[in-house]
Amino acid sequence: MFDQPESFVTADGRTIGGVMMEMKNITLRFGGVVAIKDISFDIREGEIRAIIGPNGAGKSSMLNVISGFYNPQDGEVWYKGERRPSMKPFEVARQGIARTFQNIALFEGMSVLDNVMTGRLNHMNAGIVSQAFWYGKAQREETENREVVERVIDFLEIQHIRKTPVSRLPYGLKKRVELARALAADPKLLLLDEPMAGMNVEEKEDMSRFILDVNDEFGTTIALIEHDMSVVMDISDRVVVMDYGKKIGDGTPHDVRNNQAVIDAYLGVSHD
Amino acid sequence: MFPDQFLFGVEVLLNGLMAGVLYALVALGFVLIFKASGIFNYAQGVMALFAALTLVGIMDGQVPFSHLINAIFGTDVHHFGWHVPAFLSILLTMVVMVGLAWCVQQFIFRHLVGQEPIILFMATIGLAYFMEGFGDMMWGSEIKKLDVGIPQGGGFWIEEVTSFLGGSNFYGFFIDKLDMVATVVAIILVILLVGFAQYTKQGRAMRAVADDHQAALSVGISLSFIWVLVWSLAGFVALVAGIMWGAKSGVQFSLSLIALKALPVLMLGGFTSIPGAIVGGLIVGVGEKLFEFLIGAPFLGGATENWFAYMLALLFLVFRPQGLFGEKIIERV
Repeated sequence: MFDQPESFVTADGRTIGGVMMEMKNITLRFGGVVAIKDISFDIREGEIRAIIGPNGAGKSSMLNVISGFYNPQDGEVWYKGERRPSMKPFEVARQGIARTFQNIALFEGMSVLDNVMTGRLNHMNAGIVSQAFWYGKAQREETENREVVERVIDFLEIQHIRKTPVSRLPYGLKKRVELARALAADPKLLLLDEPMAGMNVEEKEDMSRFILDVNDEFGTTIALIEHDMSVVMDISDRVVVMDYGKKIGDGTPHDVRNNQAVIDAYLGVSHD
Repeated sequence: MFPDQFLFGVEVLLNGLMAGVLYALVALGFVLIFKASGIFNYAQGVMALFAALTLVGIMDGQVPFSHLINAIFGTDVHHFGWHVPAFLSILLTMVVMVGLAWCVQQFIFRHLVGQEPIILFMATIGLAYFMEGFGDMMWGSEIKKLDVGIPQGGGFWIEEVTSFLGGSNFYGFFIDKLDMVATVVAIILVILLVGFAQYTKQGRAMRAVADDHQAALSVGISLSFIWVLVWSLAGFVALVAGIMWGAKSGVQFSLSLIALKALPVLMLGGFTSIPGAIVGGLIVGVGEKLFEFLIGAPFLGGATENWFAYMLALLFLVFRPQGLFGEKIIERV
């Protein structure tokens, strides 16, 4: 299926489009440490793409390359058919790529609503004068943005904590608020860095459901990192497997599960 | 009706409040920058001085760098020979302050991202001395009179209305009109700043950056834009403070020392709180005047105003290090 150049419809009725983002021969070094070694893969429109691998495999580094937090020494990033020059993270965000963080980066001092609202910052274009007098464009925009934000809040079932300061929320809910903020930006590509890390089974199931729903309902392309194999296999369309900075597998969950290199990386292999 | 001593006390209190407003204005500039970038800007006082110098220079039509120009080219130019209206001059000065903010970001702090706070602090000390010298070179070092048309002198109206309160040797409360204007301006300024931070796109972005840099980047906020913005705002606050102090006691280089008075204000109010800066300023203003009146002058030989604020700050450091409104320091283990 995935070798088709054009779009196709999956078994569960979602449309997967052409290549949206392509990483070509990415190499990332920190001093002498090579975090990513010559990795290439692509992300197609509308799919859920997982990057998995053991701890220290370079998954987070890969996500940071995509979101512009790291600039690779070698290789090219292609987005929507164009080569992307080296960019700052905020410029990448303005291109419609939203993300969450492994260690949750929320605005702790603000309420949930304000946090999610910051996701809309790039959809506000009213000039300062219009904002000062609360007139015309500013007012219209604020109303529109509030509507989007409320929809996202409803969708992720966090209405009951709208006004709560984020610092008072438990971990699982913080993760959800972070997802809400990313979603509010109405992203073309959503990057999730270990969305289920540190969660119990129930919370993991909730999060999986939200990820699937987001993809299904808004058609958002999602790339996510996880090291819990079982969860990933259930929800993703295709999986990249990394180990020690190298790509050791790429394909549908079924392909990957039966790949010997992947099995070795996860279960360990004896060297005697 | 009231004993004279009590009425004088009230007058001292009122004057203390007015002085406190000016302290609060300077402290406000510190808080803005500290919140958004974690930089303790030692140069805030010098910025006020620089803003006031520039304003006077523009109003009087002074030729900037005239000493330098004259020394190099052997000319003798000092004035353009025109006078710029106060309002226009303030606008032009603001343009200069925004330019300064951009330069500070572009040439200093852009290169120091992620450095230790102490290094950032040292950089601002360097900036303070550089700006003091630069201001001197640009506009000359003589004391200048600043008159942007703010009324000055005692408010006779208040004196007359309140004179009935006291006995034969009480003539009513003496409150400087300039202080009253300063208070009104400070209140408007704070309302504007709070409104800006709460309700505009840029204000939201500013609060976001103050809270978490990484998260701010991920929602598409340019950190350097926000830093230029807060330095501009701090420049604007410095301009207002510079105008008030300059109108009160002339534009002179000792103006930069008011920054030191803002330190105890910040320790009282907390480094990250805008209301804290206001309340802290008022407490220091009132506190030092009342202390002088009640204890200092009668028992300690006077001149307590110079050290009272620091004493108070010291007490706060011991008993409530985060200040009145600062974020509580909690060590999570």
